[in-house]
Amino acid sequence: MKNDYDYVVVGGGLVGMAIAYGLAKRGVSTLVLDGEDSSVRAARGNFGLVWVSSKGSRQIDYARWSLESSQLWPGFCQELEDASGMKLGYEKPGGIMIAMNEESLASSAAALEKLHAQDSRLSYEVLDHRQLKQRIPAVGPDVTGAVYSPHDGHVSPLYTLRGLFAAFEHAGGVYRSDARVDLIVPRDGGFRLTAGRQTFDAGKVVLCAGLGNRVLAPMVGLRAPVVPLRGQILVTERVKRFLDYPTLSVRQTAEGSLLLGDSAEDVDMDDGVTPGIIAHIAQKAIAPFPLLKNVRVVRAWGSLRIMTPDSMPVYEESLAHPGAFVALCHSGVTLAAAHCEKLVPWLMGAPRPSLLEYFYAKRFAV
Amino acid sequence: MPNVSLFSALAAAPAAQVSILINDRSFSVPNYMTVAAALLSVGVTQLRETPVSNAPRAPFCMMGACFECLVEIDSVPNQQACMTLVQPGMTIRSMIGARSLK
Amino acid sequence: MSMTHVDLLIIGAGPAGMSCAIQAREAGLDVLLLDENQQPGGQIYRSVAQSPLADPDLLGKDYTAGAALVKRFLASGATYWPGTLAWQITRDRQVSFTRNGANGSGGSGQIQARALVIANGAQERPVPFPGWTLPGVMGIGAAQTLLKSAALLPSQRVVLAGSGPLLYLFAWQLIRSGSSVAAILDTTPRANRFPALRYLFSALRAPGYLLKGMGLLKTIRGSATPHIQHVESLSAQGQGAVGSVRYTVKGRETQIDSDLLLVHQGVIPNVQLTRSLGCEHRWDEMQLCWRPELDEWGQTSLTGIYVAGDGGGIDGAKVAELSGAVAALQIGQQLGFFTESVRDTEARPLKRQLNAHRAIRPFLDTLYRPADIFRRPSDPTIVCRCEEVSAGDIRAMSRLGCSGPNQAKSFSRCGMGPCQGRMCGITVGEILAEARHAPMQKVGYYRIRPPIKPVQLIDLANAYVPDADAAPMAAFVPK
Repeated sequence: MKNDYDYVVVGGGLVGMAIAYGLAKRGVSTLVLDGEDSSVRAARGNFGLVWVSSKGSRQIDYARWSLESSQLWPGFCQELEDASGMKLGYEKPGGIMIAMNEESLASSAAALEKLHAQDSRLSYEVLDHRQLKQRIPAVGPDVTGAVYSPHDGHVSPLYTLRGLFAAFEHAGGVYRSDARVDLIVPRDGGFRLTAGRQTFDAGKVVLCAGLGNRVLAPMVGLRAPVVPLRGQILVTERVKRFLDYPTLSVRQTAEGSLLLGDSAEDVDMDDGVTPGIIAHIAQKAIAPFPLLKNVRVVRAWGSLRIMTPDSMPVYEESLAHPGAFVALCHSGVTLAAAHCEKLVPWLMGAPRPSLLEYFYAKRFAV
Repeated sequence: MPNVSLFSALAAAPAAQVSILINDRSFSVPNYMTVAAALLSVGVTQLRETPVSNAPRAPFCMMGACFECLVEIDSVPNQQACMTLVQPGMTIRSMIGARSLK
Repeated sequence: MSMTHVDLLIIGAGPAGMSCAIQAREAGLDVLLLDENQQPGGQIYRSVAQSPLADPDLLGKDYTAGAALVKRFLASGATYWPGTLAWQITRDRQVSFTRNGANGSGGSGQIQARALVIANGAQERPVPFPGWTLPGVMGIGAAQTLLKSAALLPSQRVVLAGSGPLLYLFAWQLIRSGSSVAAILDTTPRANRFPALRYLFSALRAPGYLLKGMGLLKTIRGSATPHIQHVESLSAQGQGAVGSVRYTVKGRETQIDSDLLLVHQGVIPNVQLTRSLGCEHRWDEMQLCWRPELDEWGQTSLTGIYVAGDGGGIDGAKVAELSGAVAALQIGQQLGFFTESVRDTEARPLKRQLNAHRAIRPFLDTLYRPADIFRRPSDPTIVCRCEEVSAGDIRAMSRLGCSGPNQAKSFSRCGMGPCQGRMCGITVGEILAEARHAPMQKVGYYRIRPPIKPVQLIDLANAYVPDADAAPMAAFVPK
């Protein structure tokens, strides 16, 4: 069977496009099949953190994988900026986890200490109110302090995706939208994918369709143990620069607008926004930054995280149908660089990175 | 700063006058005016500079849909001038680029 | 603050909202009407009950007739909250609002309605052309608002440009007020006349519209104002503000001086609230706009949520008034205030009048259909005013792979500014539809989310009325 493409990547979000770009720039003929303009997409609902700290408490390799990606990010960013001619707004000033009381400051510090004990690269610093105020003058009087970690940063997730589109195209990749894959049939020497009335024959297939993987993975002998976990985000008008560090629930973008967030709800596939959570996020932003009271919210959105039971990734090749892969994670921005540079060689036949030994779906076996 | 106004007053029913400050200059305008109408009537042609490129902008739709008439009123930035009636003693300032966090 | 409960909540105090309130109150419903402005009247009857003009008759009888409707509304017994913005609606008809009291008073809260009528009307169709963002370029509706509610008349070199009944109405109002108009640049395409003739016969069923239109044109032709027909393109020039306007007729370009350029290409429904609810919408190829899918009573695809007036499709003030009453009748029956038989008896004459008034639309929509250059402008033209994204940028997004406005928005920032796509949503869709050879129904519109206008964080925090039985929210920390 002659294949149209060496690889077909299913899903044009942050995971799919980072992998597709990684393949295309290594000279592999690659097709991305993506859904419609109005499809549910986690890539459009990402907060934009390139975040390492506090990850890996269940399995330290997750912290290491995130750290590796964070170290690759500057070079990755440069490639995307060169290909697209635009700035991604990427910065790595370190991240701040604000604590509104002594208990939460102590518990954040304890959590990071446990991680640091397992890997000394995972450094952090505890800041009291005075020290925090030196770095972020806008913090209000009720803030107890913060934990600072040097590995954390942020970027525009939307421009990251746009940069990936441009870089993928420049590297010779082919992208098709309105081509939602509904069927994958393994055949001799490859896979046949069907999207509506179109069919494509690929040597190998990489499933990066987020929640859509639940339906596609079993077709190629894989499992995609993910559920949607909604997060709601508020976006404000542009404000002159006042916040130089990203935090877990407030960050200021390169354009000046603020992203406010941090919520988690199990509401199946509903990506709407609700009055209660909006009020909760607003209160949560005003508490540490009282000056935000009269800043205007220009829009709110809900997004469905791709959540595995332990919130850590799954990377797996099918045993029944070698050449079919699945890649699942909720941190598509943070891990984009590692996906492009470290995961792709494995997809192309190199040995699986030892850091990823843990991230099989079988760890969820009942 | 204000030039010749693009608009002139038509014969009006009697109305109280209200004293307002526009970029620190004092003006007296009828109380039935919105801030946008008052600005246009005293000859303000350019209301603001955009946060994206500092391009000059002025009211466009006068009904709250276009968000071009954003001004700072009594220290609160980015209010729609066309949706706000003048009040005695109101202080109005142009928005030059993005607002700051006060 | 506690949750306010009401039988019927109406958003908008234009003819549709007011008429709906009056009809619902006659049936005995408990009615609350919210409106952003400080006086009732919406756009068309702005300031009609408290006109600042010494002689409001200058504006014509169709305008002054609105005063009677306002009077009946204010006497109807409906609770009326002016200066109030409804910025989020849930499918269960919980409405979050913020009231703008004078001097910082006001507050936010929520209302639970048994039925909801969205009567937020229309806006002028955005008309993108090179230079349209310059100070001194405004909508004709904007200038009309200044005339109605601020007694202001254009006083310098004013040029009117565009197409449609409002162009002629305003020119007529200016001429009657003694204002001089430097030129009327009529962009109505010559090619529209023949297709419009097909609808002329049914247009004659509509009471009085054609005669009125002819009367306006007669006054304009009798004045000294140059009326240039079949203008093919438009651009504005100036440093910091408009100083001149260039236009072409039969390929030849002319430049005229102008301090104020007033433009108009018809009006389009305001769909922000219906979109934020996820109501079904369809692209109307004749009116070139999106409109919510409505049944014969004005109910959307969501139970208990109705649209009355131009927010459901452009039909004008008389239809707005009638559709508000029709919606109220259906709601009254649904909530148990009277039987279907009573409803039908009351509704029959109203529906007959509705059909008669609607008969003018196909003729007007076809005759005044905007030219392609205003639907899909040239590359350098700014399309998203807020984020300063050009038509060329949108075409580049299409080439990059964006198949619809949402991907284009996430890549280019078009639609991310404070106007939330009101000025660019249709144009972005039209550009993508042309670039991708796809129908507008498929290309779609921005995903609109609350708040449907920018709202201060403190108001978002304060509006919510917690459900006493709800479980406390857990924080999410990425592991």
